[in-house]
Amino acid sequence: MEVFIQQLINGLTLGSIYGLIAIGYTMVFGIIGMVNFAHGDVFMVSTFVALICFLLLTTVLGITSIFLALAIVLVVAMFFTSLTNWAIERVAYRPLRGSFRLAPMISAIGMSIFLANFVQVSQGPRNKPVPPMVTDVIVLMDSGGYQVTLAWKQVIIMVVTAALLMGFWYLVQKTSLGRAQRACEQDRKMAALLGINVDHTISLTFVIGAALAAVAGVMYMMYYGVAHFADGFVPGVKAFTAAVLGGIGSLPGAVLGGLLIGLIETFWSAYFSIEYKDVAAFSILAITLIFMPQGLLGRPEVEKV
Amino acid sequence: MSDTLTTAPRSAGAPLAPTDATPMLAVRGVKTFYGNIMALKGVDVDVHRGEIVTLIGSNGAGKSTLMMTIFGQPRAREGQILYEGRDITQMPTHEIAHLKIAQSPEGRRIFPRMTVFENLQMGASVDGFAHFEQDLEKVFVLFPRLKERINQRGGTLSGGEQQMLAIGRALMSRPRLLMLDEPSLGLAPLIVKQIFDAIRELNRAEGLTVFLVEQNAFHALKLAHRGYVLVNGLVTLSGEGRELLERPEVRAAYLEGGKH
Repeated sequence: MEVFIQQLINGLTLGSIYGLIAIGYTMVFGIIGMVNFAHGDVFMVSTFVALICFLLLTTVLGITSIFLALAIVLVVAMFFTSLTNWAIERVAYRPLRGSFRLAPMISAIGMSIFLANFVQVSQGPRNKPVPPMVTDVIVLMDSGGYQVTLAWKQVIIMVVTAALLMGFWYLVQKTSLGRAQRACEQDRKMAALLGINVDHTISLTFVIGAALAAVAGVMYMMYYGVAHFADGFVPGVKAFTAAVLGGIGSLPGAVLGGLLIGLIETFWSAYFSIEYKDVAAFSILAITLIFMPQGLLGRPEVEKV
Repeated sequence: MSDTLTTAPRSAGAPLAPTDATPMLAVRGVKTFYGNIMALKGVDVDVHRGEIVTLIGSNGAGKSTLMMTIFGQPRAREGQILYEGRDITQMPTHEIAHLKIAQSPEGRRIFPRMTVFENLQMGASVDGFAHFEQDLEKVFVLFPRLKERINQRGGTLSGGEQQMLAIGRALMSRPRLLMLDEPSLGLAPLIVKQIFDAIRELNRAEGLTVFLVEQNAFHALKLAHRGYVLVNGLVTLSGEGRELLERPEVRAAYLEGGKH
């Protein structure tokens, strides 16, 4: 029982990170029908931006309040990651719009390789550690040697994720920017006929997706205390799995899928085998695609009015 | 790509001053292609301020293609489209919309996963929501059914309701030129009459210029000041609406099918 609760907490934490990344996949797919394979690497870039910014703030500028530092890191990482993704869309995807369907995806794979290699060359191939931060834990249960703990880090991750998701939901559902975004997703040509600048809206989608991935990146850096150039691929593919499981194109689906993948992975590691945790997550991808391609909250394909 | 006609007559970039002699919308020798297939083979159409102009023709004549070509979707490969004397042939689609040209397009193109209210909001974005409440009220007077359905998703509406929503959405932008592609399609005769009355009223009371594409030639020609007949991508006849109604070739081709 104690193990179960502990894994539940761990799984939800991990799931929050996957969910934040998954939104980027699902939004981009929704609006231009493309799987942005570089999104995981954009997340990885954000962990490096976060790490560099954090070290600058704490060592060079001497900021002692970790929370202040993290808040600044969050804003800086969101800004730079959004800028990166905006530029990627502009350079690698927009020129291929209107080309055949696979072209932007191939370009995205190229971008993914480019980003990973760029970071490897410029930052080095080793794990970049940060000193442990926010190490306090709350002991929830203590029964004969096994403590169920809730780390403050985990609280921060879940609270920040929930708050940002609410803000994001408001943006998409209630503002004219969000409305334009949804309109482009449903019928790009009609949106243009109504005066919506479709190119701007697509850029905005990449910017929002990157900002949320950057939040995940900051959380990841804080939680695991490292950044590594190859850490884009596996979390990226898992977040993609989350988006597919939730129903690609569906925003609540991305969050739900992220939480589920986080939970499945953690429970699998705890009860079966930690070595095969990635197998569990990827099996879900295969099973979903075979038996339930529309995902949990996705729309069935047949929708022609 | 041929650029003979698109670049030549730009007359030193200076837009002509809009006078009454300048048509509000002038389509000049427009050719549009789908791949290698020429859908419009050099179409000329004028719409003057305050007019109701209709374009009739059978299925596949290119009527909707012309409507979309005016918005640059697809772009005319040859020829020119002038709006108030200004060349808009190569203008981005969303900027054309900001010139206060609104279209209720073929197939209605309602946003299926947005509510009726949100669809109408989308229409108002060109106008910057300056007169939103007022215009909303006007649309609801025109189509009370939309008010009943206000929180329903566009995709769940019936065909007729979607048609009303598409027209309402176009009106929400306060257009100076309203382009309607087959507003009568899929509607009960009573509602068709209601919509045509509404168009006539908007034209008479507010001087709204209307460019109307119709298969329902009888109603359209009765309503319009002038009309054009499009056959296989070419304008074959034009003239006053009532005059065209009398023409034997129009009667034979478009009116005596019986079902109108």
